[in-house]
Amino acid sequence: MRLNQKKNTLAISLALLLSSEAYANLEVNISYLKQEIDKGPVLSNILPEPDNAGIQGAKLAIQDSNTTGRFLKHKYDLQDYSHSDAAQLLKQAQQQYSEGTRFFVLNTDAKTLKEITKALPADALIFNAGTQDDELRQSFCSPNLLHTSASRAMLNDALAQLLKAKRLQKIFVITGEQPGDIAYSNAFKRSAKRFGLSIVKEKKWSFDTDLRRTAQREMPLFTQHKGYDAVFVADERGDFGEYVLYNTWLPRPVIGTQGLSPVAWHRVVEQYGAAQLQSRFDKLSSRWMNDKDYASWAAVRSVAEAVTRTNKNDAINIRDYIRSDEFELAAFKGRKLNYREWNGQLRQPIPVIHPRSLVSQSPQEGFLHPKNELDTLGFDRAEVDCK
Amino acid sequence: MNFKKSLTTLAICSTLAATSLYAETAYVSNEKDDTISVIDLDTMEVTETLNVGERPRGIIFSKDYTKLYICASDSDTVQVMDLKTHQIISELPSGEDPEQFALHPNDRHLYISNEDDALVTIVDTETSDVLAQIDVGVEPEGMAVSPNGKIAVNTSETTNMVHWIDTTTYELIDNTLVDQRPRHVEFSKDSKVLWASSEIGGTVSVIDTASRQIVEKINFEIKGVHRDKIQPVGVKLSDDGRYAFVALGPSNHVAVVNAKTYEVEDYILVGRRVWHMAFNGDQSRLFTTNGISGDVSVIDVSKMKAIKSIKVGRYPWGIIVKP
Repeated sequence: MRLNQKKNTLAISLALLLSSEAYANLEVNISYLKQEIDKGPVLSNILPEPDNAGIQGAKLAIQDSNTTGRFLKHKYDLQDYSHSDAAQLLKQAQQQYSEGTRFFVLNTDAKTLKEITKALPADALIFNAGTQDDELRQSFCSPNLLHTSASRAMLNDALAQLLKAKRLQKIFVITGEQPGDIAYSNAFKRSAKRFGLSIVKEKKWSFDTDLRRTAQREMPLFTQHKGYDAVFVADERGDFGEYVLYNTWLPRPVIGTQGLSPVAWHRVVEQYGAAQLQSRFDKLSSRWMNDKDYASWAAVRSVAEAVTRTNKNDAINIRDYIRSDEFELAAFKGRKLNYREWNGQLRQPIPVIHPRSLVSQSPQEGFLHPKNELDTLGFDRAEVDCK
Repeated sequence: MNFKKSLTTLAICSTLAATSLYAETAYVSNEKDDTISVIDLDTMEVTETLNVGERPRGIIFSKDYTKLYICASDSDTVQVMDLKTHQIISELPSGEDPEQFALHPNDRHLYISNEDDALVTIVDTETSDVLAQIDVGVEPEGMAVSPNGKIAVNTSETTNMVHWIDTTTYELIDNTLVDQRPRHVEFSKDSKVLWASSEIGGTVSVIDTASRQIVEKINFEIKGVHRDKIQPVGVKLSDDGRYAFVALGPSNHVAVVNAKTYEVEDYILVGRRVWHMAFNGDQSRLFTTNGISGDVSVIDVSKMKAIKSIKVGRYPWGIIVKP
């Protein structure tokens, strides 16, 4: 018999301090800024991204947090603003800051996010719930910037681990022409190297024919090669990727942005109580919850969780608590989540799905890490330039 | 001579009949099968599988063991089963998505947590009237009524609180903040202490009922299992006051906690994703539902070891034992 109990004295004394009567009336204002991004015309526009992707997740988190806040005299409020122009978004952020708002959830591209982060004073706490840009996680450093959306590196590491576990070793790579496609493809190549997959052929997709009618003829020729275990597609907008499936020269699985995909969130995720979150979201929005909704939900919930535990609402205290070891976010992924101290990225398991079912969740068993298995996904401390 | 022999046979037969008639029976709700498995605890075999409403989770007996109440979560109702005939005889208004519930010692009032609606619904089982609906935190889950009948408690999984409800006024009187995703609550026999498990937090809080403050927090450690996978769910206290058993979910172990010193004395390996537990009458056996392996583990309490597993339906959730 082993004695394994550890006393959690600190937590207990904190709880004692916080009996219901001790709670102060706190108001927490959160600003949600969304950049409307025109993705251009795409061939496959059967299932477009909803216009309110992201904001609905933030709204649900505000609802969840106010239910909790009611018992503690904490009140959460969300102001949302969307515009296509980065300058307008920046102006709005500055104005809201001058009116006292300190918490910002950004659903923008990387460039706009950088501008807003640089422009706002150091006591603003900013969440990136929009862009999966890798550079932001590797070399753009700011102590008041946190990322709840998963990076391309995390997504592709999750995919590569599963491929390795399934011994799908030789990969045929197709990359679209958009900057995002190239970035996604580069992230995959990094992951392939990291986990020992080999890329047997690389091709660029630069055709402009209407594939809806000709995919059966074009794709087999395009994917003709002597041997591969899977075809990786980088097509973030969903322009041509949907037409690769079942049309490859060799009958092999399609992976990447289409087919078997790593995602931060999707309707098919329902384990670990996620079914409840999905049904609350559906009630609010009458649609499926996607990865942007999830990232926005997690950002608002992070603030609220820190306010609940500390009984404070100033951004500096909240930031310090969120970045401390004590912070835990229950976020329906089967384990508590927290943020990487070296780049502010939310650590999280990554579901790997096909559009109708969950296939797996990475990290895969056996991919070990000296500190935390979740850090086998994305940039580890040594890969990050921030200091 | 012959006559005597047949008499003996008759006597043996009737003894056999008597034991099987009075054998203890376990009822197990199978969440993904919409069924309840009935296990004969003498033979340790499933004797019957009963069709019930959608997604059955919490199950509970009436005091006299004539009725079984079933939370049919996706049917949005509490079903009432006659235990003699195994027929559903009525349905109670439960509010939406009932998950867990507790029966007041008065044998009439059911306290039901409505997971999707952030409510606790109180229903009179005799009149089928809804007596009250009380606003609680997001995703209410665990439910218990103190043995002295004075207080009902509910846990909310996303709000991370234990909510205290006065059973005479049906009003919320206090809230205690606990670790992430509180799942299950269990009162000590004397109603003085409440045990609350936090699934994602990985802890069990022991709370003083009078002050509603946490007096102890129990952590768990299993060699070779990452601490994030140690997720406490079901809690069962032995009547002699010696032990608290804590089901640790995906770590596939049940912790044996000394209920006086709060030290973890042992970990028992059971089936996969261990969820809820029940004792037999004399508490020599503890039964656990294991969601992923789809079975029930039988623990010998004197040896603190699992001695058998019994295959039931898909995703067994709750278990209770009828004498």
